[in-house]
Amino acid sequence: MREPVLKLRGISKRFPGVVANDQVDLDVYPGEVHALLGENGAGKTTLMNILYGFYQPDEGQIELSGRPVRIGSPAEAMRLGIGLVPQHPLLVRRHSVAENLALGLPTGWWRPTKPLGKRLHELKQQYRLDVEAGALVEQLSPGEKQRVEIIRALLRGAKILILDEPTSVLTPQEAGELFKVIQRITQSGGAVLFISHRLDEVLEIANRVTVLRKGKAVGSLTPPTDKATLAEMMVGRQVSFERERGMAKRGAPVLEVQKLSVFSDRGLPALRSVSFNLHQGEVLGVAGVAGNGQSELIQVLAGLRKAVSGSVKLDGRDITGKTPRQLHTLGVAHVPEDRIRMGVVPSMSVAQNLALRNYFRPPFSKGLWLDQQELDQNALRQIRQHEIAAPKPGTEARLLSGGNIQKIILARELAGNLKVILAVHPTYGLDVGASEQVHATLLQKTQEGAAVLLVSEDLDEIISLSDCVGVLYAGELVGPVEATSVTREQIGLWMMRGETAFTTIEA
Amino acid sequence: MVRLEFDPNPPGNRVWLVMGLAVLAAIALSSLIFWSYGVPPVTAYLTLFKGTLANPAGIAESFRRAIPLLLIGAGLSLAFRSQFFNIGAEGQLLLGASAATGVALFIPLPAELKLVTMFLAGFLAGGAYALIAALLKSRLGVNEILSTLMLNYIAVYIVQFLVNGPWKGRSLMGFAYTEQFPAAATLPVIGGTLIHWPTLLLGVLLALFLQLILNRSTIGYELRVVGENLEAARYAGINIGRTVLMVAMLSGGLAGLAGVGEAAGIHKRLLDPAQISLGYGFTAIIVAWLARGNPALTIFTALLMGLIFAGGDVMKLNLQMPFRVVDVFSGLLLMFLIGSEPLARYRLKFGRRA
Amino acid sequence: MEEIFSALARAMAFGTPILLAALGEVVVERAGVVNLGVEGMMAVGALAAFAAAQTSGNPFLGVVAGVLAGGIAASAHAFVSVNLRANQFVSGLALTMLGLGLSGLLGNKYVGAPLEHPLAETGFTWAAVVLSIVIWLVLYFTRTGLVVRSVGENPAAADALGLEVYLVRYGATIFGGMMAGLAGAFLSLAYRPSWSDGMTSGLGWIAVALTIFVAWESIRAVFGAFFFGLLYHLAFRLQGRLPSEMLLALPYLLVIVVLTLAALRRRQGNAPEGLGLPYERGTR
Repeated sequence: MREPVLKLRGISKRFPGVVANDQVDLDVYPGEVHALLGENGAGKTTLMNILYGFYQPDEGQIELSGRPVRIGSPAEAMRLGIGLVPQHPLLVRRHSVAENLALGLPTGWWRPTKPLGKRLHELKQQYRLDVEAGALVEQLSPGEKQRVEIIRALLRGAKILILDEPTSVLTPQEAGELFKVIQRITQSGGAVLFISHRLDEVLEIANRVTVLRKGKAVGSLTPPTDKATLAEMMVGRQVSFERERGMAKRGAPVLEVQKLSVFSDRGLPALRSVSFNLHQGEVLGVAGVAGNGQSELIQVLAGLRKAVSGSVKLDGRDITGKTPRQLHTLGVAHVPEDRIRMGVVPSMSVAQNLALRNYFRPPFSKGLWLDQQELDQNALRQIRQHEIAAPKPGTEARLLSGGNIQKIILARELAGNLKVILAVHPTYGLDVGASEQVHATLLQKTQEGAAVLLVSEDLDEIISLSDCVGVLYAGELVGPVEATSVTREQIGLWMMRGETAFTTIEA
Repeated sequence: MVRLEFDPNPPGNRVWLVMGLAVLAAIALSSLIFWSYGVPPVTAYLTLFKGTLANPAGIAESFRRAIPLLLIGAGLSLAFRSQFFNIGAEGQLLLGASAATGVALFIPLPAELKLVTMFLAGFLAGGAYALIAALLKSRLGVNEILSTLMLNYIAVYIVQFLVNGPWKGRSLMGFAYTEQFPAAATLPVIGGTLIHWPTLLLGVLLALFLQLILNRSTIGYELRVVGENLEAARYAGINIGRTVLMVAMLSGGLAGLAGVGEAAGIHKRLLDPAQISLGYGFTAIIVAWLARGNPALTIFTALLMGLIFAGGDVMKLNLQMPFRVVDVFSGLLLMFLIGSEPLARYRLKFGRRA
Repeated sequence: MEEIFSALARAMAFGTPILLAALGEVVVERAGVVNLGVEGMMAVGALAAFAAAQTSGNPFLGVVAGVLAGGIAASAHAFVSVNLRANQFVSGLALTMLGLGLSGLLGNKYVGAPLEHPLAETGFTWAAVVLSIVIWLVLYFTRTGLVVRSVGENPAAADALGLEVYLVRYGATIFGGMMAGLAGAFLSLAYRPSWSDGMTSGLGWIAVALTIFVAWESIRAVFGAFFFGLLYHLAFRLQGRLPSEMLLALPYLLVIVVLTLAALRRRQGNAPEGLGLPYERGTR
């Protein structure tokens, strides 16, 4: 048997109140893909940060090719031949690809980007990895940025490549390309540690799988077997892969979007003449690679961005250009993309956060003054009803977990008489239990007659929840079409090329 | 073994403890300054103590200095809470004093309305001056620290222009003063001191009122959301521009009131800007910072800084040190205060690693 | 003709301290640190330069002292804002208070003292112009520049590649302080060979505003600074015809106008993305 190139024994890492890694063992062999599977919060990221020298383990040993090592910093990790391709690219947006690559390499002082050309050519030959050296990073697609990260790790001589949730920003086709690159890397003797929470792709690519749950390595399979076993190991109970959505009772159109065009912050067209109808009781899923206009679509519908042209009607009334407050009053709820940065005020109390939409009207306020008692009572009610894990109404929101913060937002946004729910990545970063709760809440609301516009980068979420699916590509909407009439692969193709050569199925 | 452990949510008492230590450290480091100036630190501290805390006149002097610091500091703590870094209180104070002078000298009014009108005019002038920076910030995103600072310099020249030119007193040959205010336009003082108590009372009441606004009103709620999470404010539909303008108006207005107090209570005329304000606008930043953004607490922190101003006077008189010594101490104190803030987020752990 | 030349020469002299300090601030901000303490560091530099030159009789020693004093003052800001991750804007403000206070206090005994060998203004002016070109070359054509710019744009990315973010920010901040100190030395050794409290008269603030206006480009700073210099000179020439206070207030008014113009032209979009934000590992 070959020697593992990387061997972890008994790695533990604690943070105040949490054991992030608990006695984790892991072996990675050269020429193999080892997948690290686990839910959000299972400790994958912590383990990765330990391997890359961001954190020091509290206990345990790391061996590289049989030699015990201490990885004190990212620089040291790289010297030892460990390369990291992070989930969100760590690139300088406004610098060129060449500048970004040169930054991580030992170069000469004068014109550090000059000698890169030759080495890039070699890589292109060896792995068929190609990228334009002169392009600015901000002009690249997520897949291209990831390629820059891989090239950078390889240029730095990485023998062990850690890929953190690499497919989360890719279309299925781009993911396929990535898998080919990974295979070429392992064929030339490299080892890959593939971190993911997606079962299908782990089954496709990995030679071995280690499953993490609540910080512990609960099992290792060589080679990985079937999906159900893995899922059970990962979540700790049986998981159904059924579509969560039954057939919809579709009602009258509630939101009518006509030829809507919007500019991005940088003054470029972000939505180009987008039209669709959203019906009562319907879930419309909008897929797409990040940055193709999803944020702008939600912002314009929530009143946070001005439309350049086009119109939006709610129940037949024109609501184009209304303010966020007016829209909320009319029954448009918004579960925002970045829940900490937008959805709550972290330093304010749970009670005050729950009143963010209605603080200025009775019963929360009497004229100029807030009714503190009413705020607290409302908070107690919501804490009980939505099972928010907050000790008291006065607890600051920043002290709560992501799942509980999302519950605050849902409790606040989904109260009252709703017509439309704009939900963006509603389960991002939540564990399976919390995600299921969020999904159940949203579906419950559709039963009560609300319509949901669901934006997500997670295709599984879109497919399992939606009645209709549309894809945003370069600001244009493909679809929407019936969710049952389209395959995952077809959606993937639209995400990449946005081709519109198909018939739109209108209700 | 002792080690530091990160604690993102420090308990309140540790925050105050660390702040207290920062104040002590600043005091300790100033002895180095005294020493380098050729004054033995012990002598300096003794002189300071005898001249201020141990002396009724010194205490009265501290109160007198605390009045403008309280008014400005209370307003600034509101401004800082909403992330509007108003560094221009100095200029707003000068404009408030100018407006009060205009009313006192040139607007015929019944005696009983004179002072009220002066305070009103001072508030409006100071507030309007701050509005310039607030408008530039909310409409164009111009950094308010720089704009309010520049407006300070401009205000200095406006006052100089007034006292050297159109408002120069005819009876005073060669001096850059206005005429003295009529009796109805001056503030009463507590006998034997320079404490113009109506302004002090106004300051205390306003500080308490602003605290109430901040904690208990919808305006205060909006102000805190804007200050702590701009994105959330936009999302909740709060009118951010209006909130910033209101905060500017309030904090500038309070600085303007401080100017009215100085003109009508101390000098009884408008004169050289360097004499009207000894840098109250800047020191009030520390007053607000020490109070951690709570207007009511500025009642105490203003007194503390008033004491330091009184100390500066003592040093100048008894040790022949330039009044700049107050700037040195203020600068040190501010640096230590903001530097120590993140330190409060660590706790000392004794014993072995758990 | 001769008059125009002499006017231009005066404008360049007026603009030199602004340029020197702004060049420093360009580098500091390119590394992601805002230092609003320029005015204070300039004052400290001016006093140190004057004191050293006056006691030693050697004005070049004065220049060295001014540069060092500016660097030391800046390292206080670096410690508070980089290591302690405190609010950079307030820290800079505190540094200004401290610098103006210290120089006023310790400089008391030098007020009115003569300087035997003042330096020529033109030497500083040409040095400033050459420096602006050197800084441009270093920023865009060398590894040092690449590292500084990357740290300012995305410190987390630089850190992940094993670059010493803190060290780079320290270095840049201290360099900025040295440039402010040099600007101070120009004031007290060449421009007005003497020491008086408050002799920096807001030039440091103008340098900070100029940094924003020239969109963090060192070569543009040359033109910006000399433009300011020209306005100063015009204000000087107009004395007597307009109230002097109006002319004295003009530069400050101009800063506001300049900042407004910069905002209108969306120049602030060019600000380094990590500007003013403290960096802490693991809080990306």
